[in-house]
Amino acid sequence: MPEGGLTAVLRRSTALRTTVRHCGIGVGALLMFAAILLAAGKDPLKAYVDTFHYTLANSYGFSELLVRMTPLLLAAVAVALPARLGLINVGGEGQLYMGAFMASAGAFLLPTAPRLILLPFVAFMGFMGGAIWAAIPGILRAAKLVNETISTLLLNYVAPLIVSYFVFGLWRASENSAYPQSSPFPDAALLPSFFNTRIHAGLLIAVVALLAYWLLLEKTRWGVDMRAIGGNAEAAQRLGIPVPAWIVTALAVGGGFAGLAGMGEAMGIAGRLRQGLSPGYGFAGFLIAWLAGGRPLGIVFMAFLFAIITSAGDTLQMTQGVPYAVVNILLAMILFIVLARRSAGGTSK
Amino acid sequence: MTTPLILGLLAGAILSGTSLLYATLGETIAERSGIVNLGLEGILLIGASVGFSVTAASGNAWLGLFAAGMAGGLANLLFGWLVVTRKANQLASGLAMMFFGFGASALIGARYVGAVIVGLPKWRPSWLAGFRWVKATTLFNYDLLTWVAIPVAVLVWWALFRTRWGLGVRAVGESPAVAFAAGRNPAVLQYQALSCGGVLGGLAGAHLSLSLTLTWSEYMTAGRGFIVIALVIFSKWNPLRAIAAALLFGGAESLQLQMQARGSLISPFLLDMSPYILTLIILVAWGGSRRLAAPAGLGRTFYGSE
Amino acid sequence: MSSPLAAPLVEIRGVSKRYGAVQANDVVDLSLYGGEVHALLGENGAGKSTLSRILYGFTRPDSGEIFLNGKAVDVHSPREARSHRIGMVFQNFMLIPALSVLENIALFLTDLPAVLRPEAVGKRIFEFGERFGLTVNPHAPVRQLSVGDRQKVEILKLLLAEARILIFDEPTKVLAPHEVDALFRVFAALKAEGFAILFITHKLREVIRCADRITVMRQGRVVGGFGSGQADVETLVTMMFGERGEIGATRQAGATRRPAEARPILELRGASSHATGSETPLRGLELSIAAGEIVGVAGVSGSGQKELGDLILGLRSLSAGSKWFCGANASSWSIARMRESGVAFVPEDPLVMAAVGGMSVRENLSLGTGRRYRSGVRLDWSALEATMNQSFEALAFPIPPLDPPIGALSGGNLQRVVIAREMAHEPKLIVALYPTRGLDVRSAASLRHLLRRARDGGSGVLLISEDLDELAEMTDRLLVLFGGALVGAFSRGAWQPEEVGHLMTGSKEVNVA
Repeated sequence: MPEGGLTAVLRRSTALRTTVRHCGIGVGALLMFAAILLAAGKDPLKAYVDTFHYTLANSYGFSELLVRMTPLLLAAVAVALPARLGLINVGGEGQLYMGAFMASAGAFLLPTAPRLILLPFVAFMGFMGGAIWAAIPGILRAAKLVNETISTLLLNYVAPLIVSYFVFGLWRASENSAYPQSSPFPDAALLPSFFNTRIHAGLLIAVVALLAYWLLLEKTRWGVDMRAIGGNAEAAQRLGIPVPAWIVTALAVGGGFAGLAGMGEAMGIAGRLRQGLSPGYGFAGFLIAWLAGGRPLGIVFMAFLFAIITSAGDTLQMTQGVPYAVVNILLAMILFIVLARRSAGGTSK
Repeated sequence: MTTPLILGLLAGAILSGTSLLYATLGETIAERSGIVNLGLEGILLIGASVGFSVTAASGNAWLGLFAAGMAGGLANLLFGWLVVTRKANQLASGLAMMFFGFGASALIGARYVGAVIVGLPKWRPSWLAGFRWVKATTLFNYDLLTWVAIPVAVLVWWALFRTRWGLGVRAVGESPAVAFAAGRNPAVLQYQALSCGGVLGGLAGAHLSLSLTLTWSEYMTAGRGFIVIALVIFSKWNPLRAIAAALLFGGAESLQLQMQARGSLISPFLLDMSPYILTLIILVAWGGSRRLAAPAGLGRTFYGSE
Repeated sequence: MSSPLAAPLVEIRGVSKRYGAVQANDVVDLSLYGGEVHALLGENGAGKSTLSRILYGFTRPDSGEIFLNGKAVDVHSPREARSHRIGMVFQNFMLIPALSVLENIALFLTDLPAVLRPEAVGKRIFEFGERFGLTVNPHAPVRQLSVGDRQKVEILKLLLAEARILIFDEPTKVLAPHEVDALFRVFAALKAEGFAILFITHKLREVIRCADRITVMRQGRVVGGFGSGQADVETLVTMMFGERGEIGATRQAGATRRPAEARPILELRGASSHATGSETPLRGLELSIAAGEIVGVAGVSGSGQKELGDLILGLRSLSAGSKWFCGANASSWSIARMRESGVAFVPEDPLVMAAVGGMSVRENLSLGTGRRYRSGVRLDWSALEATMNQSFEALAFPIPPLDPPIGALSGGNLQRVVIAREMAHEPKLIVALYPTRGLDVRSAASLRHLLRRARDGGSGVLLISEDLDELAEMTDRLLVLFGGALVGAFSRGAWQPEEVGHLMTGSKEVNVA
């Protein structure tokens, strides 16, 4: 094979190579998705141009991307952390709902508390909501009763029903009872927002969570233990690492981050608890973490990409009458390409 | 409880249980060959939307049913290409199929949201219609899929346990290396098992939209795919036990509908949770004993022995 | 019926095979007649397995030819080998535990009809079983069969598929002595009907007992051939091992001394534990290991050896009885606490039980060191490295590079890293679970030497092994485990292999000493 200048550069720089590969996957997925849209009689070019126009072309659109990235980053950490132990947390969606639910409960429990007390309390409740919801599969897995993949998936369907139960019941908004949402939270429970946009303190929490995740894994002895469990759970257990306790802890802490994402959506965006508070952020978080291989910078990059993709879903729905759910096809295409490629690297030299 | 209530419950259990049974049988075949398709939810959605769209467009529910089966089979072949040929991780590929199903079904069904269709024809043998209690319910007033559900389950059992093909499928699911050494081709058997499973999954989805609800709406399967994954475990990968498992869960769904219809004091949201909670409870109760029944090679990738 | 005087069924001429720098087969000639047991003898790595894999079509030779009934054939795959009526019984049985005997055999048949007729297959299994002494219940799941019965199923599979040339790769390795006798009776029955048997082994006594002809291989070459009765143990040993006579000499090693003060390091008093799934429950174990002794545990696989090791390591909880470590009740100690108190663990395949392949050598050295190197939320890597370097030096091991993943090391080096880690903090008790399984002869000998040295240095050693020769060479006391209970105890030199074999297989009961 001729060693061209470009190939030589690519060979030297892994970062560049990774970027080129990621872009290749992105372009491939966009092309396949375009083909599907064409087949469905829609205009993919217009869709892509519109999406660019609504997101990257102006500062408001860009700020909205950051708003979307907030729950995506947290939901991705929720998956990436237990993934280091080889645990598959597909329950981000449910944990997110439970975080929003518990945070709301906190806000309604202390409606008159000052901001300095209520905000941390609400955040704590949000974290605990997700943590408890994820600890259930954790305990079942640690006791070797139920695989965490199936249990987290099942619990995804339960959590929104709990939210609905309260939104339609105890907390139902009095002013407009037709719309499924709670009454507004006390002002002291709302997360501060910045720059006259919808960017809220949840973004700071997300960045801190990502940083904490990185420090935990790379700089502490717990990181060594966790990676040992992920690499070889049997050996880890035989060497005295308390594997069951780690399984519950890692899932619970991960779920807590997803809970914070739900808290952010409720306290930072809606100002009340709503029935459909997440358009699948939890699932997207799984994909982001998986595609990024758990690397913090990869998570940031992928979350940004996913923010654009979900915006594309909204754009499609608004301008071409295509259901938002169709954007899942684009996600699936990216996954298909990555799955088919990755294994090729693994087996055939 | 009164007799009509019980008969109504039973009738509902059989109706909702039908699609659960077909999906469970399909997933059982696939898992017996060592492949778990976590994206079954997506297959069900594709079956439901293709079945509904084709029926709405052509006016012929049989055509819709056929198209749904084909679509399910094709979708599972795509899944097979990932996990068998490309040897991709099964869980991740399954989730990719789930997303694909979410999106593809929404796109396919978009035009027909709210459409009115004539579903699969139902009939009740006249000699059964004579009983007083039967007449008052939907009992024995079933479409073809429901009538043949149990024979199909027996057929699947026979194919898995009494044929050369079934022996090969089970051997591949236990140990691809041994099956390979015995002269079987694991990849071919897995593709065959997956396409059978996909067709059954597509039919299961179509039964929801063409017989049970007669509508199409996004995410209408509401996690049935995941419940079925649990049902396969619950039925210990046995098609005959799957009949009982599907009836039990069909019954739970039917009970929930009956209670809502009778204006029960329990919130419908709490009732809606019951299938998922029940599934979890059953998985927990089954936790210790199921390990021996699971195909030993389930979820593992076989790299050949060359 | 054919006689050894007729033309050979198989003739291998000038076969060579090279793997990298290793000449696995170097111009090998071998002939195999109907109605004979032909033993292929050699130590590990002599080229026996390569030759058999070539004959069975698993491996292609670089050069040389194979003749079947005088005709040159190319055997490209096991499938082709089977069509030439060649069959092979592997060391690791090719059986599916969840399926029944009948299903396992049916799977292997090429003439199986599309719709199974279990009665027909069952009848054939019964007929062959009667004819060759291979009776086994066709409806039992293979999972429930003993190792000896599983081997019978393997042979039946080949016979029903009409094989005439049977290759046995170390078939006696996993069998108890009386099961070996049964296998040799099967050999005799097969021989009488004209089957050709290639018997690959390194056990001399068995060869002398049952072989009609013996071919000895060393370093890829055939170095000698004998007819029945022509060879004795001495000649064969010299041929197998060439100039170096050290293997025979290792027997001297173990001193019988048990220190007079004999303070028990570990004691089990009536220890029992429950089992789930395919595990074996342990029943009322009485066991004591003193400082400076090696206690061996013999048993056929699945008798509870792994469970016993796990119980001592703290991985498994007691359902009754108690565990004492250095005089303290350790019944409910965690694994971490057991290890910190001085228990080390040397397993068979470190990548399964004692190392994480994807992590660096340095990180692997830190695993299981408990609280020793903790410094706040971090690990004190330099202190760890200093201790580990000392340990490598004390063991006279070369220090490997610390940054690459441990999975990239060769098997021997990998085990050295694990041993260096386990020995670094002067363990009081070493639990060795099949430690030499899968190691080459030299590495195994060196590991045995290390265990003896640790014993001489005052450690207690629990050696769990299936290799009776190894146990005879190493142990100061031997315990026999069967069905999760201790059924025999012997002091050094006071036991006969046959007696232990019967105890191992539960065919005889003896009171525990």
